[in-house]
Amino acid sequence: MTDETGTSVRDGADGSPVIRLVDVTKTYPGPPEVRALRPCSLAVQPGDYLGIVGPSGSGKSTLLNILGLLDRPTTGVYEFDGVDVAGLTDADRTRLRGSRIGFVFQSFHLLPHRTAVENVELALVYGGGPRAGRREAALRALADVGLDHRAHALPSTLSGGEQQRVAVARALVGSPGVVLCDEPTGNLDSATTERVLDLLDRLNDDGYTLLVITHEEAVAARARRRVRVHDGTLTVDGGTLIVDGGVLLPRGGSAA
Amino acid sequence: MIRSRDLLAEAAAGMLQRPGRSALTMMGTVLGVGTFIAIIGLTSTAGGQISKRFSVLQATQVVVQDAAAAEATRPTLSFPDDAERRLGRLNGVEAAGLHWPLAPAPVLSSRPGAVAEPVSGIEVHAAGPGVFPAAGVRIQAGVSYNTWHDEHHQAVAVLGAVAARKLGISHLENGPAVWIDGSPYTVVGVLDTSERLPGLLMSVLIPPRTALDHFGPPSPEHPAQVLVRTALGAAGTIARQAPLSLRPENPMSLEAQAPPDPRTLRDTVSSDLDVLFLALAGIAVFIGALGIANTTMVAVLERSSEIGLRRALGACRRHIAGQFLLESTGLGLLGGLVGSSLGVVTVVGVAVQRSWTPVLDPVLAVAGPGVGAVVGLLAGAYPALRAASLDPALSLRR
Ligand SMILES: Nc1ncnc2c1ncn2[C@@H]1O[C@H](COP(=O)(O)OP(=O)(O)OP(=O)(O)O)[C@@H](O)[C@H]1O
Ligand SMILES: [Mg+2]
Repeated sequence: MTDETGTSVRDGADGSPVIRLVDVTKTYPGPPEVRALRPCSLAVQPGDYLGIVGPSGSGKSTLLNILGLLDRPTTGVYEFDGVDVAGLTDADRTRLRGSRIGFVFQSFHLLPHRTAVENVELALVYGGGPRAGRREAALRALADVGLDHRAHALPSTLSGGEQQRVAVARALVGSPGVVLCDEPTGNLDSATTERVLDLLDRLNDDGYTLLVITHEEAVAARARRRVRVHDGTLTVDGGTLIVDGGVLLPRGGSAA
Repeated sequence: MIRSRDLLAEAAAGMLQRPGRSALTMMGTVLGVGTFIAIIGLTSTAGGQISKRFSVLQATQVVVQDAAAAEATRPTLSFPDDAERRLGRLNGVEAAGLHWPLAPAPVLSSRPGAVAEPVSGIEVHAAGPGVFPAAGVRIQAGVSYNTWHDEHHQAVAVLGAVAARKLGISHLENGPAVWIDGSPYTVVGVLDTSERLPGLLMSVLIPPRTALDHFGPPSPEHPAQVLVRTALGAAGTIARQAPLSLRPENPMSLEAQAPPDPRTLRDTVSSDLDVLFLALAGIAVFIGALGIANTTMVAVLERSSEIGLRRALGACRRHIAGQFLLESTGLGLLGGLVGSSLGVVTVVGVAVQRSWTPVLDPVLAVAGPGVGAVVGLLAGAYPALRAASLDPALSLRR
């Protein structure tokens, strides 16, 4: 493992980042107007595992919504897979989100009237792929998270940890490449938290790019790198982050 | 991008996830479409019966009016004495009856002289013996008087059933009489029913020549007329021939009315009913639409986090709108199907019970569910737009 600031500083050579934010801000118009993100820059390489840690209200979810193409930044540039998403239509962004990004939320967001496997299958519906084989893929994803024996249970009969593992299975069933987690362990006790975090470690080992947002240091500590959010500003050990090409730098560091 | 089968499956799952609520929501449409089908079906079924009766009765009836008497200032009778016989000679006439009400109404009682207590509410009519077959009467007791009684100016009377009851005459064994302006008339018969002139049942009938002797010709307010019963299809011809054969020297004094064209008659009758009933059914369907719109709106608000999730999983606004539109259309369609079935059952049930022939345009069986589906589609439009325009980031916060 590399140090907190530096990880990818010099990895830029091997390829372009999957996520690149340059001076992105988000202001909710209000009233009252809320400046949820001040200029933020960030680069994430494929296969990275980034913990984003910060106190409540600091702008973590705002950042994740922008990264997940669920919201648009007020100013700044966001490139996903090297494409400036500001130029994409709503439908294109939706297609990109559906195919490349998986989500795990604090409150699981499972449909209450669908079984576990049906919830996982839902992630394949909007891709427009063939119906055949979906059930099998969903069952495989459930087996990956160790829940194949509960495949036909309704969410209400599953424990919190099990529900979140179903959500993880749903996030990875379409092999999106990037998984964004917003407080994935926020509703879980410490034992099930460990189990879910182990699962995320394994996903990263399998090549997934992971961004985990949390207010818990212990959760963030499992990531390879950490950045902090404070009052809408991204920092690494007190220094503001800037991005130079595909390279993530603390402000004032040497880029050349 | 999403397959239509998937979209259908998602919409079906949405409808089935709260079956009780879906069923309740459909009730409005079920009632609306059911009423719609039942009313149209019953109208056309009953209309079939009405127009059958109308056309048979009306198509074989001609009424000849005394036009000159209506214009006159003093009592006049333009019909000749032998009017019934003259008309009877025309080809296609089955019966013809001359009649008029006596006016001013004479005093009527069931007993003679000073003890007489006048009975009111009963009219006295002059009615030729041809009236009985022409009006299609049924005799309850005794006989109807005939041409002999008329030609010999006999003081005889036939009573309608209601008049007989009022006069207290229940049987004819003792040769009862009624007193008209103090003169006795022997009651020879009592009428039970009268198909074309139901007013006869509340009247005392006496032969025209007798009436002329004692009460003079009909007053201008109540001129005489002749009711003619014709063979089927002959009415038009009879109407043209009747004035000339009755008064060759002055046919203009009489006016014959041919039956109205049964087709136009039926159309006006049933279209009046249809408009009223369709308006009622329309209101019911509208209420059904409000029900669906309300339930879909509630579902959109309730499931906003589901909508956010679907957006995160790659659903476009169109897919969200499509899903809720399909759900509301499905509710409407199902409501329309159930409603149509109930409507058809109602029509057939009523028809069987009255031994009518059920008349139902088969197009309606398709139109019912179609109307339901359109209602659901329209009702779901606004909620679906609302669902599609939800901000995914915001709806996922819940
Ligand atoms: N849609 C919105 N409109 C207005 N203000 C908003 C909106 N969404 C978030 N905010 C505000 O932006 C700031 C950042 O919110 P955000 O949800 O990103 O914080 P967070 O770090 O995720 O907090 P938590 O840990 O409690 O989830 C907060 O002050 C919040 O009140
Ligand atoms: Mg948050």
